[in-house]
Amino acid sequence: MLHTLAVLVENHPGVLIKVAGLFARRAYNIESLTVCQTEDPEVSRMTIVVAGDDQVIEQVRNQLSKLVVVHTVVDLTEKSVVDRELALVRIPINSETRSEVFQTVDVFRGRVVDMGRSNITVELTGDIDKIGAFVHAIRPYGLLELVRTGKIAIMRSEA
Amino acid sequence: MSEEKKGLSGAKLLLNALQEEGVDIIFGYPGGVLLPLYDAMLDTPIRHVLGRHEQGVVFAADGYARVSGKVGVCLATSGPGATNLVTGITNAYSDSIPLVVLTGQVPTSSLGSDSFQEVDIIGITMPITKHSYIVKDPRDLPRVVKEAFFLARTGRPGPVVIDLPKDVLAQENVEPFPSDMKLKGYKIFGRGNNSKVEEVAQALSEARKPVLYAGGGVVTANAEGALRQFAERANLPVVTTLMGIGSLPYGHPNLLGMVGMHGTVTANYTVDDCDLLIAVGVRFDDRVTSGLGHRFATKAKVIHMDIDPVEISKVVKTHMRIVGDARKILEELLEVLPGHSLPELSEWWGQIRNWQKDNPLGCDLDSLTPQLVIKTLGELAGGEAVIATDVGQHQMWVAQFYPIARMRNYATSCGLGVMGYGLPAAVGAQLARPQDNVFLITGDGSLQMSIQELGTVAQNKLPIKIILLNNGVLGMVRQMQKMFYDGRYNHIQLEGNPDFVKVAEAYGIRGIHVNSVDQVRGAIEEAVNSSGPILLDFKISPDENVLPLVPPGKVITEMIVR
Ligand SMILES: Cc1ncc(C[n+]2csc(CCOP(=O)(O)OP(=O)(O)O)c2C)c(N)n1
Ligand SMILES: [Mg+2]
Repeated sequence: MLHTLAVLVENHPGVLIKVAGLFARRAYNIESLTVCQTEDPEVSRMTIVVAGDDQVIEQVRNQLSKLVVVHTVVDLTEKSVVDRELALVRIPINSETRSEVFQTVDVFRGRVVDMGRSNITVELTGDIDKIGAFVHAIRPYGLLELVRTGKIAIMRSEA
Repeated sequence: MSEEKKGLSGAKLLLNALQEEGVDIIFGYPGGVLLPLYDAMLDTPIRHVLGRHEQGVVFAADGYARVSGKVGVCLATSGPGATNLVTGITNAYSDSIPLVVLTGQVPTSSLGSDSFQEVDIIGITMPITKHSYIVKDPRDLPRVVKEAFFLARTGRPGPVVIDLPKDVLAQENVEPFPSDMKLKGYKIFGRGNNSKVEEVAQALSEARKPVLYAGGGVVTANAEGALRQFAERANLPVVTTLMGIGSLPYGHPNLLGMVGMHGTVTANYTVDDCDLLIAVGVRFDDRVTSGLGHRFATKAKVIHMDIDPVEISKVVKTHMRIVGDARKILEELLEVLPGHSLPELSEWWGQIRNWQKDNPLGCDLDSLTPQLVIKTLGELAGGEAVIATDVGQHQMWVAQFYPIARMRNYATSCGLGVMGYGLPAAVGAQLARPQDNVFLITGDGSLQMSIQELGTVAQNKLPIKIILLNNGVLGMVRQMQKMFYDGRYNHIQLEGNPDFVKVAEAYGIRGIHVNSVDQVRGAIEEAVNSSGPILLDFKISPDENVLPLVPPGKVITEMIVR
């Protein structure tokens, strides 16, 4: 099962390699990892999506917590969260496919952010499933390039 | 900033910070980038002990730490000096030994340019350190040193590297930042857990076949008193790991010996048959479980107490966990014990005593065997002596036959099993415990991996007694070839061995050849009473085996015993 971990770490050079090295050494599989500064410039936030059963995930959490550069580790999987991913997708178009491609982009609430003679670039945000579904729908028209940020997530505020 | 703090160099700031941590001895080896530090060290009371190889220097700091309980400190120059430390740092990491490792580094302006003797030691040591620092601003030195010592010795101890660029050491007139630690992400599980110990006491009162399984965490936490009280109060059988040797004195009626690959038959049967396994400060290492965690103590409820949450349920599924300091947990447990009934164990002990009667550790004491040497040494030197060992058959015979009376009287490389550890570890141990008799029990292969440290022994007039169990072979490997590869011996013969007595003598150290059984006692008496260093070269047969032995892939009851 996929778990989403929110990991607050020190914002120093070398921290990313420590975390990545830990995953590599212990053979934990990273599905995606995003890292960025937080509201506190001394702290970065990593959102790590990792696959594993409960025992593996507990090991991952404990191993991460053990790093001196890691402040907190929260497993967001069972929690009520808002999660998003951003994708930029370059799709070929021609006179035949043009309207269908635009329709598909519309259905998924994508935005065309760049346009060339024979292709368009679409920006899409949403949860992982939505991006996956869009990629699936657009693939028959050809996919020239795909960039995804990886998932970021935040806990919902209490009602 | 006060007047006197002005004008301090980076090197001086570093040395002050080390002294503040109580450092009075550094094991080191100099080089170009360290010159500012060596120069400043002249004006401090810190004793610097010059090794003969950086690996010796880090092993010495490790031996010092193991027998003193203090943080060991070592120092090496950039590049090759630093890389020579790597095995020693790994060893300390494997056995959770507190070290602060100082490495020189090229000036900050040259970092990243592949300059002479530049190496990314922080990158290289990342997986083998508890934490590491490269100091790029000398004003950080007081804080970094303070944090490094705190990290090395607290929680689950381990090695911490501080990389020191030359210009950081050389800079003058440094006004340091405050030394307040900034370790927001560091969690220590120092306390016990009162509600949980009630559950342990409850589980114990319901058990019929309990056993206590003690490891290095007992030593780290200085928990031998509490462990002994607990074992005696509940009359529990106790097995230990190699790391846990000394947590009950050898010969204690409750002690069944070491468990696992070269454990006693009784210890292995007891663990296999128990219905309650109380594991304290252990990690279910594969030398114990044969790497078969799911087939280890399968009838038992497993209670695991350890300071590192990562170890719990890593190998063996745990029914109850207590994360914390072994001593605090055991002391809390002792407090609640009177509120619970203790189990009736006479049947269990009857079974255990039968196993013991039927399966004594075998040894021939009528010829010049390693067991005879170790037992005679034990008799004459006693359990209070400090024992360092190398790695191989001789290490296992020491574990089986030497009467270690207390923790911290024993320095041996466990998790890494690194040959060459013994002699430098004995150097560190002797310097930590100048009043005590320190013996190195070593093999002819291992000794030659660190033989240059005889120079350190000689230079510092350390009265270390070297017991060389000389079988002319890499005995442990030979035994494996005999047992599992049809005796197709290869590359285990140490034909070019020197005359070790002559080697010792060349360093100004006395040496004695012991070639027959009737010389054993006299030679050992001489060593025990020697006021200076001495090497006894015992000629033993290469055919001697370490038994029992759990073959690879077998569970711990499937031992070869003869
Ligand atoms: C640095 C290192 N290299 C190789 C080994 C593998 N090894 C384990 S025991 C052993 C033989 C040790 O020989 P010796 O020191 O003579 O001890 P003996 O087994 O003969 O008592 C070897 C090669 C090791 N443990 N450490
Ligand atoms: Mg040998």
